Amino acid sequence: MPAHPHDTPSPGERVVLDERDISRALTRISHEILERNKGAADLVLLGIPSRGVPLARRIAERIAAVEGYDVPFGSLDVTMYRDDLRMKPARALLPTEIPPGGIDGRTVVLVDDVLFSGRTIRAALDALNDIGRPRAVQLAVLVDRGHRELPIRADFVGKNLPTSLVERVMVTLTGIDDTDAVTISATASEGGLA
Amino acid sequence: MKRHLLSAADLSRDDAELVLTTAAELRELADRPIKKLPALRGRTVVNLFFEDSTRTRISFEAAAKRLSADVINFAAKGSSLSKGESLKDTALTLEAMGADAVVVRHGASGAPHRLAHSGWVRSSVVNAGDGTHEHPTQALLDAFTMSRHLGAGKSGQSLDGRRVAIVGDVLHSRVARSNALLLHTLGAEVTLVAPPTLLPVGVETWPVETSYDLDGVIPKADAVMMLRVQRERMNGGFFPTAREYSRRYGLDGRRMATLQDHTIVMHPGPMVRGMEITADVADSDRSVIVEQVTNGVAVRMAVLYLLLGGSEPAVGGEE
Repeated sequence: MPAHPHDTPSPGERVVLDERDISRALTRISHEILERNKGAADLVLLGIPSRGVPLARRIAERIAAVEGYDVPFGSLDVTMYRDDLRMKPARALLPTEIPPGGIDGRTVVLVDDVLFSGRTIRAALDALNDIGRPRAVQLAVLVDRGHRELPIRADFVGKNLPTSLVERVMVTLTGIDDTDAVTISATASEGGLA
Repeated sequence: MKRHLLSAADLSRDDAELVLTTAAELRELADRPIKKLPALRGRTVVNLFFEDSTRTRISFEAAAKRLSADVINFAAKGSSLSKGESLKDTALTLEAMGADAVVVRHGASGAPHRLAHSGWVRSSVVNAGDGTHEHPTQALLDAFTMSRHLGAGKSGQSLDGRRVAIVGDVLHSRVARSNALLLHTLGAEVTLVAPPTLLPVGVETWPVETSYDLDGVIPKADAVMMLRVQRERMNGGFFPTAREYSRRYGLDGRRMATLQDHTIVMHPGPMVRGMEITADVADSDRSVIVEQVTNGVAVRMAVLYLLLGGSEPAVGGEE
């Protein structure tokens, strides 16, 4: 997968969320998660690699700051559960780290950067099934760009971003990339998901 | 297109590191309640074993089943047909059954190569040991085991500059050849230690050092790999007596005391206790011999996934 070099936005690119927007959105999502679940007890945050993982970590930090409770967080790779696995060369696996307490009987909040077709989330639900039986599963995404192909919706959304199918949404996050930003570009030029 | 894994030399450094990082993720599966992934659902893996094997066949079978592939075990032992005909007829049968991958072990060096390049089958061919030639998945699991104990670098996998001593019956060992090739690819420095009679002709063209002096080599090694003396392949006298071999090339408690603190002791199995390795060494804290078997399943899962999981293989040799 190509890197996300985004220091110099080229023409046709538009920044829709900057660093502070992302920070505010995550703070709001964190509060919404706490409100919906009446606190942080029994929560487990699982980020979907690669960019869901730093988002899950940031939400966990915010919840810790508000509640004074360290929410277990980890990552869930869905590569082997994808429905398009056979359509591309075999892809490298990304880390799956389930917190020591497991997910049985807990409320799992899946965290991803962009919600698009919904196929990644379907794969994630299948992957969870092999790991344990959560009491409930919720979904938090930084950007919902629409164009669902499956009956899946997010419980917590940073920003609803109406897009056309030829547009491309890119999320960069410090820790993986140089900057925090969500950009939208008019052409689906280079490869890459989202 | 890359389709087969016939030789450790087929793997570039990137390929080999991809197998090792994939194996590292897949090893975590052993700790989960459901040890199964759906990646190879609907694919058929045939284990075609012309030679006896316990751990390799079981390891491949477990690996394929954990990836949800259908597994057919085909033991060709006892066939009265000559080797060439037998291999071809068997291959045509496999082709008719629609095998996606054939894991083949054969007593003749080059048999997997023949199977892969004859046009008899369209499936991927994985060499699970051919004669005295190669055993690439054993080398991968050895490298994986070393990287878990000795690895450095950003991915924790690098074996750059690590010293590995491979000791014993190099002549008859497919494990030694595959390990020498792969470890060199991964940047390790390999020294083969054996009596002159048990070093193969042409060993000077391998990317390794050689030595006849075990006591001089092992104090500097980071990993010591003992090889089984393969008496079933020996027709002549390669050394005077078993006792003399053990004294000069066996790993015992006294020699183990000269190793560095972090040095690990490996053996591809099956061991002959008292011959190349003594029981106190095999059962010591340094020994990672049991772990090698565990890692074998993860490494073979990685190989099968990377060859069969996508639309085309992600590693392996040229067509």
